[in-house]
Amino acid sequence: MEVGIVSYGAYVPRYRIKPEEIGRVWGTDGIAMGKGLMIFSKSVPGPDEDTITISVEAARNMMRRVDVDPKDIGAIYVGSESHPYAVKPSGTIVAEAIEASPELTVADFEFACKAGTAAIQTCMGLVGSGMMKYGVAIGADTSQGAPGDALEYSASAGGAAHMIGAEKIIARIDHTYSYTTDTPDFWRREGQMYPSHGGRFTGEPAYFKHIVSCARGLMKKAGTTPDDYAHAVFHQPNGKFPTRVAKQMGFTEAQGKLGLIVPHIGNTYSGAVPLGLAAILDEAKPGDRIFAIAYGSGAGSDGFDMTVTDEISTFKRDRAPTVKEQIANPKYLDYATYAKFRGKITLGRG
Amino acid sequence: MATAPRFWRQNPSRYNLIGIKCNSCGKNYFPPRAICPVCHRKSVGKIEPLKFKGEGAIFSFSEVHEGIDEKATLKPYLVAMVELDEGPKITGQVIDCDACDLKIGARVRTVLRKLSEEGSAGVIHYGYKFVPVRDKKE
Ligand SMILES: [Zn+2]
Repeated sequence: MEVGIVSYGAYVPRYRIKPEEIGRVWGTDGIAMGKGLMIFSKSVPGPDEDTITISVEAARNMMRRVDVDPKDIGAIYVGSESHPYAVKPSGTIVAEAIEASPELTVADFEFACKAGTAAIQTCMGLVGSGMMKYGVAIGADTSQGAPGDALEYSASAGGAAHMIGAEKIIARIDHTYSYTTDTPDFWRREGQMYPSHGGRFTGEPAYFKHIVSCARGLMKKAGTTPDDYAHAVFHQPNGKFPTRVAKQMGFTEAQGKLGLIVPHIGNTYSGAVPLGLAAILDEAKPGDRIFAIAYGSGAGSDGFDMTVTDEISTFKRDRAPTVKEQIANPKYLDYATYAKFRGKITLGRG
Repeated sequence: MATAPRFWRQNPSRYNLIGIKCNSCGKNYFPPRAICPVCHRKSVGKIEPLKFKGEGAIFSFSEVHEGIDEKATLKPYLVAMVELDEGPKITGQVIDCDACDLKIGARVRTVLRKLSEEGSAGVIHYGYKFVPVRDKKE
């Protein structure tokens, strides 16, 4: 059975902070930092936003674009490393908020930044086996870097929801492939507010090794080369890594243009590839082939080979805001307001 | 802790703006109620649930500088009475904008946000707030 994306929705918070403002506070050259990372501003969630509210807004934008009865959704999986509750699934609230409750299965997924794509693969299996009509996979995060840490320049917030089904598919998923190893490049222990990382170790043996291995494995399985694709999107912890990995494998700058959103909004972690994919679907044309590789620390990569179908010409894209529209109209914060919004200030009460 | 069940019972209406329509007088109400405040007994058996679209116009608004404790870190914040397109007026916080951006009559729509949390170990309450409807080209 053919399975693929039936609808999608994105959400990016409106607030932004620039690297020069972060650098001003910590005595670092923020402009140079931003240039090095290729991040010129990052999104910041409002004080009343979290992974659940971001997931709900993304899921509602996904529902707006189709006339699907929410009761036909058989599963909702939310992938994130910033679930607001340690115990109580984010997906339960998303399901209620799109009126898919109570006859469905819900679980929260975790695999650093690739939990959202792991959810897409799970939904592909459930739909492909005929167990359900639609499955919803969400990747969303409101990630934090420790104050002053290099991660603080990139860790941002956002998410996207993808509805997987077998009818009226706008992007058919032709192949998927994953590559997973035990690699301690980035982690967060239970109860710790901020993650720890292996510094330079996060580059070659982690991000690059897994993305390249996954990309090669996927193209071998699909029998394709980089020239076969109209668009390519890679996990984007900063602008530099995906640009370098794309070039290394023979993808052009033009192929990566639509999916590269990190320079404007920062690293949305589990939201990164789902959002990049949403930005591509915002503008993709029938017949366009899409190459997508997510990466999650720990470590693993999920890859997808997709083809945009004719269905996209009648798909109601304009019923919800595009990623580009959400990236526009930002409201910039100073560091003090940002610290207050993100709960980085210790309050003298409860 | 004690407020969790009370909030929980209202979740469907607070997440999805489910109110009622009285088929005796044709008026819509939010939050939902068992009988129509206009028709009283005549409305019995004529009340049906209605999902509001969540769009409307600012009827009146105020900037709050000395608010309730749980919103202390948010002040000043905006509270508005919004006339929904289906008729009822409901009150809620307006976010993602400043007071100077807001006018009576301005179009707003609902989004889901955190309303409050019962301390760092307690339940988080979610519900609707309003955001301005922006022109796509803005
Ligand atoms: Zn009545």
